[in-house]
Amino acid sequence: MATRILIPTPLRPYTDKKDAVDAEGATVGEVLVDLTKKHAGLKSHLYNEQGKLRSFVNVYLNDEDIRYLQKEQTPVSAGDTLSIIPSVAGGAQ
Amino acid sequence: MASEHVVILAPGVDAAIRRHGEETYPHECCGALVGMGERVTAAVPLPNTTEEGPRRRFLVRPSDYRLAEQQAGAAGGELLGFYHSHPDHPARPSQFDLDHAWPNFAYVIVAVAAGAARDMTVWWLKEDRSSFEEGDLNGDENPDSDTAAAVHR
Repeated sequence: MATRILIPTPLRPYTDKKDAVDAEGATVGEVLVDLTKKHAGLKSHLYNEQGKLRSFVNVYLNDEDIRYLQKEQTPVSAGDTLSIIPSVAGGAQ
Repeated sequence: MASEHVVILAPGVDAAIRRHGEETYPHECCGALVGMGERVTAAVPLPNTTEEGPRRRFLVRPSDYRLAEQQAGAAGGELLGFYHSHPDHPARPSQFDLDHAWPNFAYVIVAVAAGAARDMTVWWLKEDRSSFEEGDLNGDENPDSDTAAAVHR
C-alpha cells in the first residue's frame, strides 16, 4: 500500500525535485525506510548515526505529530499522508 | 577561490536582517529567506520559540516553517534558507548550528555586538554533514540599487 509523503524544500534535491513521493509500508517507520531506499540521499539527513530520527525532523501523519501517536510504530491506512516538516534550530553556542 | 555558493540580497533585505537582530538583542532573532535561485527577495521574521534560552539559541517551530514554505510558494518563490543572529558572538556557525542544519539551505548569520549588527555571513551544510561551507553574500548587482556593494563590513 503506497502512502504519499510530502517532502520539504531542503530535501527535494533527493526526490528529483518532487514535493511529494510515494512509499510502501504498514507503519510510519516502514514507510520512511522504504522512502530512504528509494531516495538514498535522504537517509543521513533524516536519521542520526544511531539510526534514530533526528530531533529536528518532525513527521506528521495527516495533521498529527507521530510523537503523540505511536511514533514510528504508528500504523498507516489507505489515503493517509505523511509530512516531513523541519524544525529549524541553531544558536551562538 | 570563489565559493560555489552565492546569495544575492535584494535591496532592503540586508538592512531588514540587521534590524531584526538589533531589535531582538540580546536574544537571537530568526527568520526565513524567500526568493528564487540565488536571489533573496524577502527576509521574513519568525518567532524564536526556543525554550533553551534565546540569548544563545533559536528555534523555528514546524508550524512556522510550514507557513513560511507555503507563503514562499504562494508568492511565486521558494524557501532558500533561514537567518539568525549571534548576539555578542561571531558570525560563524556553532556546533549546535551544525548539529541541527538542513542540507541545501542558505544559513545567514548576523553578529550583533552590544546591540549593533556587525558581520553577516552565509553558510551551507556539506553533504556529509561534517561541517559548513561558507558562501558569498552579496548585495543586489543592479547598479541602480543602493545596496549594490557587498554586505560584508
